[in-house]
Amino acid sequence: MATVESSPRPGFRSRRTDVGSFPIVVGLLVAGAAFLLVGCLRSATFAQLTVQGLALGAVYGSLALALVLVYRATRVINFAQGELAMATTYLAWQLIQWGLSYWEAFFATLAIAFVLGALLEVVLIRPVLHRSAIAAVIVTVGLFILIDGIVNWLWGGGFKALPPPFGTTIYHVGGVAIARLYLGMIAVVLVSVALVWLLFRFTKLGLGMRAAALRPAEAALVGVRVDRMLAIGWGLATVLGAVAGLMAAPSQYLLDPTLMQPILVYAFAAAVLGGLESPTGAVVGGLIIGVTLTLIVQYVPAITSELQLPFAFAVLIVVLLIKPSGLFGRREVRRV
Amino acid sequence: MSRLPALVSLAVVAGVLAVLPFLLSGYHVSLVAQVGIFFIGVLGLNILTGYTGQISIGHGAFMAIGGYTTAVLSRDHDTNLVVTMFAAFALCFVFGVLVGLPALRFSGVYLALVTFALAVSVPQLPLKWSKFLGGRDGVQTSRTVSHLWLYGAAWTASAVLFVLAWLILRGRVGRAFRAVRDSEIAAVASGVELPLYKTLAFGISAAYAGVAGSLFVLATNGFAAPDEFGVVLSLQLLIGAAVAGLGSLWGILAGAAFVGLLPSVSTSVPVVGSEHGRDVVFGAAVILVMLLLPDGFAGLLARARRIARA
Repeated sequence: MATVESSPRPGFRSRRTDVGSFPIVVGLLVAGAAFLLVGCLRSATFAQLTVQGLALGAVYGSLALALVLVYRATRVINFAQGELAMATTYLAWQLIQWGLSYWEAFFATLAIAFVLGALLEVVLIRPVLHRSAIAAVIVTVGLFILIDGIVNWLWGGGFKALPPPFGTTIYHVGGVAIARLYLGMIAVVLVSVALVWLLFRFTKLGLGMRAAALRPAEAALVGVRVDRMLAIGWGLATVLGAVAGLMAAPSQYLLDPTLMQPILVYAFAAAVLGGLESPTGAVVGGLIIGVTLTLIVQYVPAITSELQLPFAFAVLIVVLLIKPSGLFGRREVRRV
Repeated sequence: MSRLPALVSLAVVAGVLAVLPFLLSGYHVSLVAQVGIFFIGVLGLNILTGYTGQISIGHGAFMAIGGYTTAVLSRDHDTNLVVTMFAAFALCFVFGVLVGLPALRFSGVYLALVTFALAVSVPQLPLKWSKFLGGRDGVQTSRTVSHLWLYGAAWTASAVLFVLAWLILRGRVGRAFRAVRDSEIAAVASGVELPLYKTLAFGISAAYAGVAGSLFVLATNGFAAPDEFGVVLSLQLLIGAAVAGLGSLWGILAGAAFVGLLPSVSTSVPVVGSEHGRDVVFGAAVILVMLLLPDGFAGLLARARRIARA
């Protein structure tokens, strides 16, 4: 099946053409942060919800970052990213059942996730990568169903509980109750994102990965092992997804096979809001979506919790209609 | 090229389908009816994905709208079930055009994302307007139908919609669709009105999905519930269209049978043959088909024909 692709092929030049909107974006973000700060100072409930929203947003941002990494590396939207995260979380649950502590299981799971992600890229994605956009999408869709099936088959569809990774302590700061869990979630996600950033920014491996993602042909010419870089990119994305899953499960106190399905949609909205190619955008987008969803359900009576998913859908549509390149993306210019 | 082979294969399919209910048990009749329902959905999605090159991972949402149309009309007004299918067709055409309008701005992965979000969002709506749409418990039609009725309705609708699709696609409109798929820019340059044809394709394929959804509800004992229309349904339609390949009757039949039968058949596969194991088989089969049959079943047929001729 032939498709109309929007991805810039090697021959197309994409330039940063909308630098002009950058100050506006920063201005909007600062205004948003100021609004949250004022709200938090005036109302304890508002402050509590903001912290909760930031924690959930960190989870969405982490999964969104996973999507962005995969998209940058292979131009594929991995629809199975959420299910992969869910499966690795089950793995962690199993390890804990076998006697590991939460944090031992956490790091063991991340290692397994890396190998799993890289393996999937080599075995399943590489063969269809140069065929058509639809073929790659359908392979990830098949993976979605396959993973769902495997998890249901191995562990059953019922609820499982993960032990709380940060205890159940609740801090009281000036009348505002803040769960230690939420602070822990934010910290873990930020640390993992920072590590990924350091890897990309300051290591030779990271440089190779960026080169392989942006200019595969030229990178190969100067000796970058492009194939290996793409596999590592998928591995890293799966690790970030696992972080999202491992943080999401305790925050909802339950683990079941549909855990990540709504989160995947929020992550889509976050990734598009941030600009599908921008890692910073994905994290910022995740935080924005998390806080907005949490606050809007509380303060806008018309939007009840059932409408959270349709709301994320609306965000997706509006962003794509108004500013398809997102907050931090660059616009693609295609030559005819 | 002569039209005779096409007519012969059409007649063969129609003949086999007409005889089948007399040979099969009730359960198997309902399975083949299920294939008919997916035939309609895959046929519709094929018009969008195969002919205009727009991807949709959200056609389960239109099936949900069609299904709820039937269920609500039947519950509130005891409307004739066949009439509700026409209503589902019309309503989903409108919704399809409404979704198609913003979709004009998106292409490729962005359209995939938007339609996926649509598929996840729509089943949430009955939970919000639970009085009208029944909430999590769903809506029950005022009457249920027999396996045989469903079989007849599904395949009659399939036949009518197949002929309709053939009429639409053989002429000017079909040519415009294909031009859009092969190159939007070239299509515009040759005077194809892009917005008109892209939204039209979306509307038609959504309307087909609506009829499929309407029958889908009747197949589940006239019961429309949010869980019936989960994401996996949308994924199944897309997989069906991919397995079908481009625009061949046999391909679409193969695609519909693939998604309609495989989940049921694979429960009897040893080792994984449990209720949960079926998704393992289904997912693995999807990936294998994509790796082994790049152009779907239609591509395989074309290749076989070339080999036979050589």
